[in-house]
Amino acid sequence: MDLQTLALIVVGAVGAGAVGAGLGVRVLSPKAATRLTLTGVGIAFLASVVLAVGYAQNPEPHAFTLYRWGPGDFGMKIGFLIDSLSVVMMIVVTLISLLVHVYSIGYMRGDPGYVRFFAYLSLFTLAMLLLVMADNFLLLFIGWEGVGLVSYLLIGFWYTRERAPSAGLKAFLVNRLGDFGFLLGMGALLAVAGSLDYSTVFAQSEALAQQPSPFPGLSALSLICLLLFVGAMGKSAQVPLHVWLPDSMEGPTPISAMIHAATMVTAGIFMVARLSPLFEGSEVALNLILLIGGVTALSMGLLGLVANDIKQVIAYSTLSQLGYMTLALGASAYAASIFHLFTHAFFKALLFLAAGSVILAMHHGQDIRHMGGLARRMPITATTFAIGSLALIGMPGFAGFFSKESIIEALAHSDLLLAKPAHFLALAGVAVTALYSLRLWWYVFQGAPRSTEAEQAQERDSTVVLPLVLLAMLTLVAGFGVEAFLYGGLLGDALVVHAAHDTLARMAENWNGLGGAILHGFATPAVWLLGLGLVGGYFLYAKGYADKLAPNVSRLRLILIQKYGFDVFYENWVVRAARGVADACARIGDQRTIDGLMVNGTARMARRAAATLRQVQSGVLGHYALAMLLGLIAALGYLFLRG
Amino acid sequence: MSLLGLMIWAPIAAGFAALLLKDPAVVRRWALAASLFVFVLAVVAALGFDPAGGYQWQYRVPWIPAFNIDYHLGVDGLSLPLVVLTAFIGMLAILTGWNTATRHIGQFFAAFLMLEGLLIGVFCAMDAALFYIFFEAMLIPMFLIIGVWGSENRVYAAVKFFLYTFLGSVLMLVAFVYLAIQSESFRITDWHAFSLSSLEQTWLFLALLLGFAVKVPMWPVHTWLPDAHVEAPAAGSVVLAAVLLKIGGYGLLRFCLPIAPDASLALDGLVIGLSLIAVVYIGFTALAQTDMKKLIAYSSIAHMGFVTLGLFILYRLATETAMLSVSGAIIQMISHGLVSAALFVCVGVLYDRRHSRNIQDYGGVLETMPIFGALFVFFALANAGLPGTSGFVGEVMVILATFQAGWWLAALAAMVVVLGAAYSLWMVRRVVFGPAEHAEVKAFQDLSGREMLILLALAIPVLAVGLWPVPLLDLIEPSVAQLIDQAQAFKAGGAP
Repeated sequence: MDLQTLALIVVGAVGAGAVGAGLGVRVLSPKAATRLTLTGVGIAFLASVVLAVGYAQNPEPHAFTLYRWGPGDFGMKIGFLIDSLSVVMMIVVTLISLLVHVYSIGYMRGDPGYVRFFAYLSLFTLAMLLLVMADNFLLLFIGWEGVGLVSYLLIGFWYTRERAPSAGLKAFLVNRLGDFGFLLGMGALLAVAGSLDYSTVFAQSEALAQQPSPFPGLSALSLICLLLFVGAMGKSAQVPLHVWLPDSMEGPTPISAMIHAATMVTAGIFMVARLSPLFEGSEVALNLILLIGGVTALSMGLLGLVANDIKQVIAYSTLSQLGYMTLALGASAYAASIFHLFTHAFFKALLFLAAGSVILAMHHGQDIRHMGGLARRMPITATTFAIGSLALIGMPGFAGFFSKESIIEALAHSDLLLAKPAHFLALAGVAVTALYSLRLWWYVFQGAPRSTEAEQAQERDSTVVLPLVLLAMLTLVAGFGVEAFLYGGLLGDALVVHAAHDTLARMAENWNGLGGAILHGFATPAVWLLGLGLVGGYFLYAKGYADKLAPNVSRLRLILIQKYGFDVFYENWVVRAARGVADACARIGDQRTIDGLMVNGTARMARRAAATLRQVQSGVLGHYALAMLLGLIAALGYLFLRG
Repeated sequence: MSLLGLMIWAPIAAGFAALLLKDPAVVRRWALAASLFVFVLAVVAALGFDPAGGYQWQYRVPWIPAFNIDYHLGVDGLSLPLVVLTAFIGMLAILTGWNTATRHIGQFFAAFLMLEGLLIGVFCAMDAALFYIFFEAMLIPMFLIIGVWGSENRVYAAVKFFLYTFLGSVLMLVAFVYLAIQSESFRITDWHAFSLSSLEQTWLFLALLLGFAVKVPMWPVHTWLPDAHVEAPAAGSVVLAAVLLKIGGYGLLRFCLPIAPDASLALDGLVIGLSLIAVVYIGFTALAQTDMKKLIAYSSIAHMGFVTLGLFILYRLATETAMLSVSGAIIQMISHGLVSAALFVCVGVLYDRRHSRNIQDYGGVLETMPIFGALFVFFALANAGLPGTSGFVGEVMVILATFQAGWWLAALAAMVVVLGAAYSLWMVRRVVFGPAEHAEVKAFQDLSGREMLILLALAIPVLAVGLWPVPLLDLIEPSVAQLIDQAQAFKAGGAP
């Protein structure tokens, strides 16, 4: 089978599952829906693997159009691009999605919305696949919005609750703020490059870098990149558009795994990597990306230190890790960013699903202060969670070590203006990651149980446990892909890096194999900081110094507990301002000025006329119609006379 | 009689016949059969239409030879989609109003059938006098629908509606008379080719603009619309939003742009400015509404802003981008016709059960009406311009094209991405989601077969156009190209 057919099978199989389960939401039994969607995603995963093998034999980027979508030669089409980047993303997306599907069989059992849930899961996968497989900005945007839609539906999945639908709405609107930038970026591309097709646009990137924009000192290319990056900030939850992600925890836990690991938040990272030919031409954009990524990596990690909801802690860790991926993009280490996306997909899915297992055992309790001692009662969950955490903190030899260490090193090699501060932020983030991870581990799995649920906690059946074990194994091996990803040119045909920014090439000179990397790892500042974080965490949380320390840093804690005031700011300023403007428009503008003042005469006349025309109510239709027709005839008669 | 003539006069005749029928059950079936017949004719007309063939299905007989007034019908790629839309919506409006009227049932359906015939006449008329007659005559049944079968404040709304539109159309009539005297013809295509000085064009443009701006409606002559919608019965709102407003957009592209191209160029900033006010200011106004019908009415005005923006931005764009924006404007008209109709049907469904339009009287509707809830959310998302629905297509085309004319124009237009989602989904959040707290809501019955049929019939084209707009684009493209040619064929040497 050729690549084209395989790619269509991937999309078609997932789409068939999503549409089938969606249309049959009222009639399908849970079993039938499971079979349908699982088969779809399973086929998609297998086809992705076959496609990857086929692509490896003949790595030649291949674009094809399914059908034309829009008018003209703007490249508005449903067209796909098969290259190394999309193949890697397809495998990650379908694999994580498959495991989440399996896990959800057990997790969602008995939920009245079971079939709907599986339809959404498959739709989510479909949207993400369209996004990563697109060969033009239009389809990218369609998938992009599709992902946003399904996240809205899934976060608000338990719609009879008060908070879930609001969290879904918040996620959608914050994402739309980002899409505002994305859409304008596309508009700018269309205006200056005349196309939305990747290859046509990329071919002009150098010319665009020379072209001025309406803003002094900014090239057209920089403007485009900045606008597009605003979109990426929304989807990939970068400060200050991160506020939707912690709230998204209102959705069922498997969804969190999907959103955080495979779909949605990785979309922005993928987008920038996919558009590397553009971003490479704009150091302004790269510097901004460094800044945003660095701030996100450190500040969001700190929030993990004070959150008490198990899923929230992991959510903040996602935000922080997304910051690292963004940092890598800024340092032009796109391959390192995608590699971190790749390892993170496995260990973050693992952490979330393990957390879901804990939540099930706790009868849907999520407060870590009520847990404790679960390691003894849930050995598989605890072991896999430990593996995920070690990968997350970047323990040498584990997946996160290879990917995060590469990012930090790339920052050290970058010559950009903001590379030094970004490097510092990234390093500080390592210690914080170790700290909150140890805290989470200790509160949940060590010590004495702090509630009756924790005393009686039990692991669920194999559909829940099996994905954990599989993900743990994948997490253990994923890191060994570092050589292929970063130095083996695995993504070479999809990424463009200018020689002046090529941090990975500089790192390649010092690369001497996996073993060397691990040995070298123990000598890097990152690993020392990691050790420092772990030791500090041990004393703080295992020995209980944190409670003694807390009163002394109450102001700092308050800032963190209030999440730096972002939510308050949005609520009190942005939302309130929008409401104020809306009210002003409606009351002062429409009601008072236009209707009250300008239409006043008309309206009063209307009221007077209404008094005389009350007969209409009695239903004397003919009279009125007759009067109108007479008027018409009079008008025509006027024509006759004037003619 | 020609095909188009049959589509105009068959429903009008069927309307007169409906006045004579006594049994409500018979009247309903009669009206439905008549509108179905018209829809079949519309499909036939569309299937026999060649996009590249200019005006088709033409029929012309001299009517008032003394003034060169002809009874002249025909459709091109710009009017045909609107004719099909009218026939489609006309049928669904009959179904929507199935049980609305408790008195004067015969008259109720007669009004809808006549309205349908007259609306089709507006889009098919190739003679300006004929256009004007249909344009004015159509006010009568609409006025009656609001004034007789509306809710509490119906007379106020009906008269406001009437006065606004009439005021606009008086100026339009003056413009028509002037053009007819100067060109000695009432044929619209003659007027397209007739050359006029800049000054003449400016006055004509302003008169025509005012006439059609009221219909669109554009800010600041829009305040009749929320009142009319609130008071009209659901079926009336459906026709009003889906078809009546399109006459405004259609008038602008059939009269203003080709007849007064120099003035259109000179005054395009005015229309663009008003359009952007509609998008932003009216978008905010929609956000503040607590009445569902008002909210959708304001959202209509905001969405129609993209129609006027997409049309008049063309002078600031390269030809190919202008194609994009004008096509986008026309698709936006069709899409808005489908989506706003569906939303008004949804509100009607709720109103029939709870007799309230207030958002706060609902909440948790999804619990008792899962099918309805899903469809309501779907149409709200289409209203928010989600890809895969028709609401996305026109909006994205206009926004993308607009950037070429100025980043800040595009930035203002793109605010719809946030505002549209905010007011559409905020409404859905309050009405459909959350816990069901009102006892009345807990007792709701899900959609009846009739209601489901209407909403599904609207959902299909919304999805079809969203997923694959090309067939519709192919239909309109040659006419759009011709329109752009005409709009740029400057008559007074006013080329840029």
